Amino acid sequence: MSAYVITIATLIVIYAIVVCGLNVIVGYAGQISLGHAAFFGIGAYTAALLATKGHFSFWGALPLVILISGLVGLLLGLPSLRVRDDFLAITTIGINFIVEAVFLYVPFFGGALGIGGIPRVMLAGIKLKGAAFLLLCLFFLAVVLAVCWWFTRSWAGLACFALREEEQAAASMGISPVRFKLTAFVLGTGMAGLGGALYAHYMRFISATDFSFPVSITLLAMLVIGGMGNLWAPLLGAVILGVLPELFRPIVDYRMLFYTGLLLLMIRFQPGGLLGEGSFLRRRLRLKPGRAAA
Amino acid sequence: MHLFLEQLLNGVAQGAIYALVTLGLTLVYGILRVLHVAHAAVYTVGAYLGLLVFNTTGSLALAFAGAMAGCALLGVLIERLVYFPLLKYPPYVPLIGSIAVMLSIEELLRLVAGPYILTFPAKLPFPALHVGGFQISPTLTAVYVITALVLLVLWFITGRTEVGLAMRAASQDMPVADAMGIDSHFVVSLTFVLGSAIAAVAGVLVGIYYNQVYPTMGSVPAYKTLAIIVVGGMGSVSGAVIASLLLGIAETLLIGYANIPLPRDALAFIAMIAVLMWRREGLMGSGR
Repeated sequence: MSAYVITIATLIVIYAIVVCGLNVIVGYAGQISLGHAAFFGIGAYTAALLATKGHFSFWGALPLVILISGLVGLLLGLPSLRVRDDFLAITTIGINFIVEAVFLYVPFFGGALGIGGIPRVMLAGIKLKGAAFLLLCLFFLAVVLAVCWWFTRSWAGLACFALREEEQAAASMGISPVRFKLTAFVLGTGMAGLGGALYAHYMRFISATDFSFPVSITLLAMLVIGGMGNLWAPLLGAVILGVLPELFRPIVDYRMLFYTGLLLLMIRFQPGGLLGEGSFLRRRLRLKPGRAAA
Repeated sequence: MHLFLEQLLNGVAQGAIYALVTLGLTLVYGILRVLHVAHAAVYTVGAYLGLLVFNTTGSLALAFAGAMAGCALLGVLIERLVYFPLLKYPPYVPLIGSIAVMLSIEELLRLVAGPYILTFPAKLPFPALHVGGFQISPTLTAVYVITALVLLVLWFITGRTEVGLAMRAASQDMPVADAMGIDSHFVVSLTFVLGSAIAAVAGVLVGIYYNQVYPTMGSVPAYKTLAIIVVGGMGSVSGAVIASLLLGIAETLLIGYANIPLPRDALAFIAMIAVLMWRREGLMGSGR
C-alpha cells in the first residue's frame, strides 16, 4: 500500500471511531448532538498536553484521556437533561463554538499556534507509523465496535432505545432518563476522546480549527449517510465521505458542492441513511439471498 | 463619554442588523418549528443580488427591491422543496437538511461569484444627524431608519391585517387553523416570503455598512441567530429584537472596554446557555 492510501485509511478509521461515539449519543439514545467535534478536540488536546507537557506515553495517557473526555461529556451532557430537540441542537452548537474559542484564545492550549511536537506512539520499543499505526487504529476501531455491539444488547442500551422512542413512556416504566442519557453521553464522548488521542498522535500537530463546527457537521453527515442507530453506519459513512473527496480530486473546485449536495439529497430522500430501516440499500441486500435460493 | 456614546451607537446598529436577520428565523420557527439555518444563506444571496442589481442599474431602490424579490422566491423554494416534505420526521432531520442547504448555497456562491470579497460602493441617501454637538454618520442613520421601518411594516402586517391574523392562528395551532378555513400551507409560504425579504434587506444593508460582500458572510450569523432566538424566547418576535439589540450592544462594549479572552462570537452562546439554565422560556417567551 502506498503512503497516500495508508494516510487516507488511517484518517477514515479515526473518524469512524469518533462517529461510533456520536452514534451512541444520537443513534442509540436519540439525543441530537451538533457539537461532537468539541469532544473529539478535548480528547486530542488532552492527549497532546499530556504528551508534550506531562511527558506521558500514549499508553499511560490513554485511560486519562478517555476519562477526562467522558467527564467533560458528563458535565456538558447535563444540559441534555433540561433541554430537548431543538434546544439541545442549539446548545450543542454553542458548546462547539465555546470549546473552539477556549482552545483558540487561552494561551495554555497553545492559542492560535496550536500544539506541535506530539511524539509518535511507541509499542514494545518501536515507533508506530504508516501501516503499523493504521493497524493500531483498526484495533481500537474493533474495540469500539465491540463495545457498541455489547451496548446495544445490554440493559443500558435497551433503556436508551426506549428513551429514544418515547421518553415519557420509558420513564413511567421505571427507566431513569437522567442515568441512561448520561451513560450514553459519557460512552459517546469517551469514544470521541479516544479518536482525538489517536488523531493527535497521528497528525503530531493540532490546532483549534481541526475541531471547529464544520467538523461536527461532517461527523454527523457520516452518521446520517450510514444510517443512524446502525452498528456499521459509522464505518460506512466514514468510508464514503472519506473516499469520495479523494475520487473527486480532479474536479477539486466542485468537491465541496458535491459533498453538501449529497448530504442534502440523502437527508431529503433517505433520512434513515443507507443502512436505515426501509432504505433502498437494505431492500437490495434483502432481495439478494432470496434470488440466490431460487 | 464621547467614545462610550460612539460605541453604544455602533452597538445598537450591530444589534439592529442582528435583529433584521433574526426576524425571519423567528417567524419561521414560530410557524413551522424548524431551525431555519439556511436563512443566513438567503441573507447572503440577498447581498449578492442587491450588489448585482446595483452594479447593472445604479439604483439603490431597485437593488433593494430585486434582492427582496429574489430572496422571497428562494425562501419559498427552500420551504416547498426541503422543509415541507421533511416535517413528518424528527426535528433534527429538517435541521440537518437546512445546514446542507446553507452549505450548498455558500458553495454555489463561491463558484459563481468567486471567493473574493466584493465591495458595495453605494451611498445610502441619509443625512448625518447632529444631536447636541454629537454626529451620527449617514450609514448609522440609515441602519436605524431602515430597521425601524421594517419593524413597523412587520408589526402592521402581523398585528393589523387579516393575513397577519391567519399567520398568528397558524403558528398557534395549524390543524385548528386549517379547520377554520385558513390555507395554512399558503400562510407558511407567506411567512417565508416575509422573512426572506427582510433577510434580503439585512444582506444589502450589511453589504453597504461594511462595504463587503463575500460567500461566507452568512456563516457566523447562521448560528449566532439561533442563540439569539433562544435568548429572546423561541418564536417571540419582540424577544428576538430585544435580544439582538442587547447582544449587539454587549458585544461592542465588551470588545471596546473589557479585555475578555474570548472572541465576540462566543458571547452569544454563553448568554444562551445561561438563559437555558436559568430561564428556559427566554426573555419574552411564553414558556409553552
